Amino acid sequence: MSPAQADEDPLTTTSTVTVNGTARIVTAPAHRSLLEGLRDILGLTGTKSCCAEGECGACTVLLDGKAVNSCLVLCVESDGHEVTTIEGLSECGPTDLQEEFLNAGAVQCGFCIPGQVMSAEYLLRTNPAPSEPEIREALSGNLCRCGGYARIVAAVKETAARRAGDHD
Amino acid sequence: MRYHRPTSKADALAVLAAEGDRARPLVGGTDLLVGLRHSTIAPTWIVDLKGITDLPEPITLTEDGIRIGPTMTLGELVAHLDVRRSFPALSEAALTVGSVAIRNRASLVGNLCNASPAADTVPALLVLGAVVTIESVDGARTVSLADFFLGPRRTQCHASALVTRIDLPWPPAGTGSAFQRLTRRRGVDLGTVSVAAAVSSDGRMSLGLGAVGPKPLMAEVAEPVDLTDEPQLERVLDQLLNVAAPITDVRASREYREAMLRVLGKRAVLAAAGRRTRMEAA
Repeated sequence: MSPAQADEDPLTTTSTVTVNGTARIVTAPAHRSLLEGLRDILGLTGTKSCCAEGECGACTVLLDGKAVNSCLVLCVESDGHEVTTIEGLSECGPTDLQEEFLNAGAVQCGFCIPGQVMSAEYLLRTNPAPSEPEIREALSGNLCRCGGYARIVAAVKETAARRAGDHD
Repeated sequence: MRYHRPTSKADALAVLAAEGDRARPLVGGTDLLVGLRHSTIAPTWIVDLKGITDLPEPITLTEDGIRIGPTMTLGELVAHLDVRRSFPALSEAALTVGSVAIRNRASLVGNLCNASPAADTVPALLVLGAVVTIESVDGARTVSLADFFLGPRRTQCHASALVTRIDLPWPPAGTGSAFQRLTRRRGVDLGTVSVAAAVSSDGRMSLGLGAVGPKPLMAEVAEPVDLTDEPQLERVLDQLLNVAAPITDVRASREYREAMLRVLGKRAVLAAAGRRTRMEAA
């Protein structure tokens, strides 16, 4: 018997997931993705649903601190794990990374930005001083239909510099 | 669809034995969830292997080589320094799969079992001499990776079985390996053509070829090749690449694949040979 299996209906699963620091109980059919759980059940619509097949990166979240496509994770797989969404990056207001996205003019239509920010945040946490090729590699799974890549890369560079104390 | 997260291998194998092709094992899910989304698969059971405590560790270094378990992700593989040092073709191949977020979930074993003719890691595993262990309730057996694939999406690992480990022998001293891939764009695309090469210290070589046949292919020459003898190298490449039978599809035409296979094949051989030379000099 899986711990995540609901007692009564074998097709429905109940998961306890720590989302942005708070334990949440999510009940969903077994085939539902984490993306659907976050958006449709928990109402966290900052994570965007786009291709829903791991091609575009709009749904990127951190699962136990690692960037993943939430459309390619079953909701029930997150049982007992920690998820951080764009809403969970700061208590209030934009983070330094989000500020640099705005400063660089990296946000056009904005749809891809939560995913871009989550991938960039994961990069900066695992590699605080990335080179430009490393930034491009880290974001290669995040598509921007507006084509704002150069400014997105610049925003990530600026944030790395800011975190290293290169600015006032 | 039911989700099952067994804690023992025996439990997982029992469910797979009972349910057959109605059940699907799950590790990273990066292919499985796409299949669910497009209804190309419609399992009634998903058996999540990530809670099992008695499967081989993600990676173990032994006297003979490395052993990779079913939960080893491509991200962990890319970051592993011993893999990078001794099996550079595999490191390079794993790095080309999907994106960072895909590699944080996708497993090496899953990439094999999905059995795409274009699977990025397979050409490298072929030239590195990978051996696969397949287990079911009837027991365990090993097959060489070259014999593992039967055709597109078909392997010797039938629906009631699991691949529980991949073994890679340490390469003979002085051997170099390298991987080359052509795609339409860098991130999140399938290979149009991919080639892995291993070149031994005396110039014997093997090539693994992806996306140029119904399954990943391998070809090798037993006699040493003098890599400074350009006409000889060209003849050997002709012979090695002869096994390829590419088709025209959405990513490229047959003719383009044939032409690019030649280019990438030579690059892979020279890159592998270059690593070999450096190792000898060191």
